[in-house]
Amino acid sequence: MAPLDPSGKKMGMWLFLYTEIILFGGLFVLYAVYFARYTPDFIDGAALLDRGFGIVNTVILLVSSFFVAAGITAVRKGHTRIVLAGLWGALACGAIFLVNKYVEWGHKFENGIYPGSETLVDSPGGLNLFFGLYYVITGLHGLHILIGMSLLAVCLVLVYRRKITAQQDALLENSGLYWHLVDLIWIFIFPLFYLVV
Amino acid sequence: MEKTAHIFEYKTLALTLAGLLVMTGVTVGAACIDLGWVNVWIALTIASIKASLVLVVFMHMKFEGRALRWSFLSTVCFLAVMIGFTFWDVAFR
Repeated sequence: MAPLDPSGKKMGMWLFLYTEIILFGGLFVLYAVYFARYTPDFIDGAALLDRGFGIVNTVILLVSSFFVAAGITAVRKGHTRIVLAGLWGALACGAIFLVNKYVEWGHKFENGIYPGSETLVDSPGGLNLFFGLYYVITGLHGLHILIGMSLLAVCLVLVYRRKITAQQDALLENSGLYWHLVDLIWIFIFPLFYLVV
Repeated sequence: MEKTAHIFEYKTLALTLAGLLVMTGVTVGAACIDLGWVNVWIALTIASIKASLVLVVFMHMKFEGRALRWSFLSTVCFLAVMIGFTFWDVAFR
């Protein structure tokens, strides 16, 4: 039997997650500095965003994280059907999240709010910066959702094939960690963009 | 008992989710009241508490040893230094 090193795999995953924290952390620092300099423009920018989308997507990601966490508890207990339900649930949540993002971005594009649009270029500098940061940060986050969904989909197939079991669940655990980190980052994105008053 | 020591029960996970949802409601409610700069700190404090819950329960940090705990804290400290020094620079330009 091949030697297994679950704690080593987990440590490797965490080291990668630290670089992700610094990646988004750097963008948040950029946001903070411009927020301090152009506070009124950022408040105007946030007023243009639809708070409803932000709230719904927050709830969706929190629920999806619960599904994944329950799936990991289930794999250790040998409850395969709950593992499958959790992974399907999380994938469905991720898909709904992305559809919401598509609709939300679509509305903004229709109203002429997109990077380099005339509306933004002619607006006060702070508004252009707010939406520039909005598209970069939520876009990068959306890309992470796609990657996380791909990882969870691979886990789902491996659970069906009985390659992920109570004795061998490192991939599921690491994919779960990634998914939770994406949720954790959204927990900060939500108030920064949608709840500025 | 030994086998289940490193697993959170479904009930614990569900309660954590409930807590996270309640705090989302609180942070949205708080944003409806205009308190000036205090709003930013309320929002960030609630977000930090939510993030801690996800970290400790969903990401199992409660069960991890010193290596992961300290390396995670070091990352957060590094981020704090980055934020602190950036603002220090910007404030005195």
